[in-house]
Amino acid sequence: MTPPLRLLGDVAAGHRLDVLRYDVSATTVVLGALATRDWRPMHHDKDFARDRNGTRDIFLNTPNQAAWFERYLTDWSGPHGRLGTITFRMAGSVFPGDTMELSGVVEGTSVDAVGCGWATVAVGLSVDGDTKTTCRARLALPVSPDDNPWSRRAERWRPRPEDEVG
Amino acid sequence: MSDPLARAEALVGVEQYPTVGEFPVERGYIWTSCASVENGNPLFWDDDVARELAGGPIAPSTMLSVWFRPHHWAPGRAEPALPLQVHFDLKELFGLPEAVMTDNTITFYEPVRPGDVLRTHQVLRSVSSEKTTKLGTGRFWVIEVVYRNQADDLVGTESYTGFGYRRPT
Repeated sequence: MTPPLRLLGDVAAGHRLDVLRYDVSATTVVLGALATRDWRPMHHDKDFARDRNGTRDIFLNTPNQAAWFERYLTDWSGPHGRLGTITFRMAGSVFPGDTMELSGVVEGTSVDAVGCGWATVAVGLSVDGDTKTTCRARLALPVSPDDNPWSRRAERWRPRPEDEVG
Repeated sequence: MSDPLARAEALVGVEQYPTVGEFPVERGYIWTSCASVENGNPLFWDDDVARELAGGPIAPSTMLSVWFRPHHWAPGRAEPALPLQVHFDLKELFGLPEAVMTDNTITFYEPVRPGDVLRTHQVLRSVSSEKTTKLGTGRFWVIEVVYRNQADDLVGTESYTGFGYRRPT
């Protein structure tokens, strides 16, 4: 049996995730756009992005940034980690030539009414210290070595904090 | 009922624009997505881990909306509804030329699996009174997109807060 990489009891508020740095190229942007079936030209056509969007180059699309956040969070949690909710807010664009930096900190942990363990993690994506996107995720982590959040269904899976009420 | 606010309020809670995905969820796209962000989670690459943890292969959670983006071209197709058509309807209803999305929350329920055929609809949850921000004067609205699989299980919801506005003159 695959042992959990990280249990809820291993983390607490203030725990920092390892920083991920990644050099973004035009390929990163185009591959990310096509992988999310986003055919809009500002994600693959530099002239269009400059002339029509007024940006300096093509830029990472939102669904691909969500995929980067998911990868970042599950690199940390291991495969037992299961996303409940993810909220994000865009502040700026990420372009080819940028080195993006993802960093995260655990804001809190809890166990809900049906025994599921949760970590709330704040993640930032920045370039040269400028925050481009902020994200808050609620991620289920096993509460014991034989717990598996993926086995939860229906009433035993309450991904939103408000689902816990009642 | 010509008052735009009354017309918008009448739509709150109404399921609109039901859509079925153009193709079943497939593993090739799952791997393309993982490759695009160098996601090595064995849940998506190792069938033994997928079987043990999730009862078989699943898609990365954040791919939820990927399964609904229409093909760039398809034979004989009329223009498909936009993914957030309700947002564009509200801009038109209120005569607001500009709009931004201020935040986006995705909630994940049952995992999405290869072979699933997903369907979606959009629901307007709320419309605010007229507000003035530094962008201009307009209204905030919250739209929820609901995703279900072929067994009618809820697989996810996306909630968008939009602000439609007119720039100060």
